[in-house]
Amino acid sequence: MIRPASHRVMTVLRPVLTCAGLVALWGALARWGHVPPYMLPAPDAVARALWSGRAQLEPAAVTTLEETLLGLGIGIGAGSMLAIGMALWAPLRRWVMPMVLLSQAVPVFALAPLLVLWFGFGMASKVVMAVLVIFFPVTSALGDGLRQTEAGWMDLARTMGATRWRVLVHIRLPAAMPAFATGVRMATAIAPIGAVVGEWVGASSGLGFLMQTANTRFQTDLMFAALAVLAAMTVLLWWGVDRLLARALYWRPAHADID
Amino acid sequence: MTPPPGIRLEGVGLDFGNAPLFRGLDLLLAAGHMTVLLGASGVGKTSLLRMIGGLAAPDYGRIIANDDLPLAGRVAWMGQQDLLLPWASVIDNVTLGARLRGERPDLARARHLLGCVGLADQAGVLPAALSGGMRQRAALARVLYEDRPVVLMDEPFSALDSVTRARMQDLAGRMLAERTVVLITHDPLEACRLADTMLLMAGNPATLAHLDVPGGTAPRPVDAPAVLSAQASLLRRMMQ
Repeated sequence: MIRPASHRVMTVLRPVLTCAGLVALWGALARWGHVPPYMLPAPDAVARALWSGRAQLEPAAVTTLEETLLGLGIGIGAGSMLAIGMALWAPLRRWVMPMVLLSQAVPVFALAPLLVLWFGFGMASKVVMAVLVIFFPVTSALGDGLRQTEAGWMDLARTMGATRWRVLVHIRLPAAMPAFATGVRMATAIAPIGAVVGEWVGASSGLGFLMQTANTRFQTDLMFAALAVLAAMTVLLWWGVDRLLARALYWRPAHADID
Repeated sequence: MTPPPGIRLEGVGLDFGNAPLFRGLDLLLAAGHMTVLLGASGVGKTSLLRMIGGLAAPDYGRIIANDDLPLAGRVAWMGQQDLLLPWASVIDNVTLGARLRGERPDLARARHLLGCVGLADQAGVLPAALSGGMRQRAALARVLYEDRPVVLMDEPFSALDSVTRARMQDLAGRMLAERTVVLITHDPLEACRLADTMLLMAGNPATLAHLDVPGGTAPRPVDAPAVLSAQASLLRRMMQ
């Protein structure tokens, strides 16, 4: 569907205007709200910290991005395989699903120190953290999608003499892709949280580590700068994944309505 | 295609909860004929069709082919919805059965069949680009690609407008000739145009009654006096 130019301009302008409004509100609060700068630095102070602290922020962002991407890749891969396994073999679902649910019942902050203890201060513990955070939405979304295959297609496949595996490949998996895409979008939004929580608990690099260091030194402007980088990184990552998914789901008319 | 078998129902019954939906149905669906099954919604027509197709098991009795060979693998299914996969092109939908069986799709034959149903130019498009009538024609091409001697159709044209439906009846009547076809419909005109044998399923528990079929060969012209007269009397009978 071809949209008018004004619609496309608004698609870009809407988030820009929202962000500008929020920054203006923040600036007003910092300037006239009688809040000390070590509690709420003004936007221009954060902008200066972004520039002056770029030598620290850039490698930290790269570390967090690497952890996030690795966590996303492994989490989506493992979550998908488990969802497919549970769809093909019901006993696996009955045995494993309670454990998957249990993993979500434990707060990630409680697990983080243990993971650092087990996997060390390096990247591995943060990747495992990100995997743990995104595993459930991916498994759950793809599992739901696989269970809700249109009954008529299953009947059709049976009369055609299909095997379970080929039904999975040609019908159930493609049909589950919209649900899977929802899970992946959710995972993309929350994966950086897993990585950053891991960095907070024990790390020598990354945005979470930088935030914690800045926090203990009362460098609130640098902390806000690191937060801004993390937010921008997450939004860009989500946007890229969303575009990829929209392209992969070319056959869904609904994807044209998602901006 | 192997020769079409007749299908024998022997004491077939199905319960819905504790109540019988139908019991003791005995019937021979003649080989190479189109049997049209009419009846009110909820009487058990689709359940019976699913049993013939091997998609559900009867609670009582059995359904067998009269050539003593299994029915499994000899049945093609066409439902109320076209059941086209929205992510696959029209030709990929037509050849779906081959891919599901791990066979190499015969694209030349699929194109020929698409030409027969008037969709030669739409082979590469997605189903979303087709009208309702075109989608059902693609579904018919998928049935023809399967080349099965038995075809089961559950109200396949019910969602179409009158003109498109009449055209689809002509097409299906011609293309499915000499196969053993069971067609469920609520449309008396459709039944009178296409049936070699007409059955009314009614009652609680339901039974099957043979109805008179107009003369001439199916698909009968939509304006044939015999068809119009039979349609009127059939409608009267269904309203009782």
